[in-house]
Amino acid sequence: MLENFGYIGIFLVAALLFAITMITLPILLRRFRIVPKKPNPVKSSTYECGMDTVGKSWVQFNFRYYIYALLFVVFDIQVVFVYPWAAAMGQLKLFGLVEMAVFFLIVIVGFVYAWKKGVLEWK
Amino acid sequence: MTVGLEHFLILSAILFSIGLYGALAKRNAVVILMSIEIMLNAVNIAMVAFSRYGHLITGQVFAIFIMVVAAAEAAVGLAIIIAIYRSRETVDVEKFDLMKW
Amino acid sequence: MEIAFWILAVISVASALAVVFLRNIFRAALFLVLCFFTIAGIYVVLHADFLAAAQVLIYVGAIAVLIIFAIMLTRETPRGSPSGRFRLIAFLVGATFLVAMILVVTGTDWQVITEAPTEPTTSPLAQALFSREEGFVLPFEIAAALLLAAVIGAIALVREK
Repeated sequence: MLENFGYIGIFLVAALLFAITMITLPILLRRFRIVPKKPNPVKSSTYECGMDTVGKSWVQFNFRYYIYALLFVVFDIQVVFVYPWAAAMGQLKLFGLVEMAVFFLIVIVGFVYAWKKGVLEWK
Repeated sequence: MTVGLEHFLILSAILFSIGLYGALAKRNAVVILMSIEIMLNAVNIAMVAFSRYGHLITGQVFAIFIMVVAAAEAAVGLAIIIAIYRSRETVDVEKFDLMKW
Repeated sequence: MEIAFWILAVISVASALAVVFLRNIFRAALFLVLCFFTIAGIYVVLHADFLAAAQVLIYVGAIAVLIIFAIMLTRETPRGSPSGRFRLIAFLVGATFLVAMILVVTGTDWQVITEAPTEPTTSPLAQALFSREEGFVLPFEIAAALLLAAVIGAIALVREK
């Protein structure tokens, strides 16, 4: 099994090398004067097309985003429990089905609460 | 030297101490929660190491439950921090000295 | 396996130190993500493949997103993360705990079982979690109740009245 994860490690190393190369390549080319430096206002602006940014980037975000992240966390934990349950469904039989149904019923009350309170609506 | 149970336990102790220092010394409430997450992760490493070297799957079951509790704790903790920030405009724990305002 | 362990251990300790000591909290949160990732790698070294996936799913996918959202929502980034008055005491407590733990761990004669670990772990884990005889059925349903309480509590706290 560790060998299989070793392949993922090789991919990771390749990705890191690619990223490092892409970052250092322009710096090196500039350093050895292969690339000329001719800046102009359009070239050094943040976006070459589109609107200019206004103000600082640390603005107050809407608190509503947090509730979406929260509900995503609950779905994530459900996945972590459902996956091994599905993998062993053959041995668990009806009892496993019932306990997972109870689990879902309990958790879904939270989603119903969020829906009824209208926190998922974007006003 | 082959890597054994002791190495994982010492790694877990080091991570736990770093998290403990952060949770006690920092003033930003979000950083304190981040330190607590590091501490929970350190405990998980110890659990999984015992599960591997004691040949019992129960340690991994405990680790899953710790992860679930950590997620619930982070969700509620960060919600409390956001609620306090809305009324007091700060997340500095040395300024949260009122039970009610 | 040894090389993987040492690389992962060094990266995880270094990134945990960065979380605690960096002044920019957004960078600290990104180092926290790196720490979570390397801990998933440590689970792989420990032959806990399902837990490594669960670590990436829950910690890197969910908790890190929550923390980064909280940082963006609270606008505290310019102020950084200063240390409090009890910094020295906190350092002493942490160091004392670390020394005590290392003494205990190295001083104990651990009874280690040397047979090959079970893998893949997903199916045995499901048996240990859900089976009727020796499963953790009640804790599993209590975890659902905990999640429900967390969702309702967090929505009640964050919701605009």
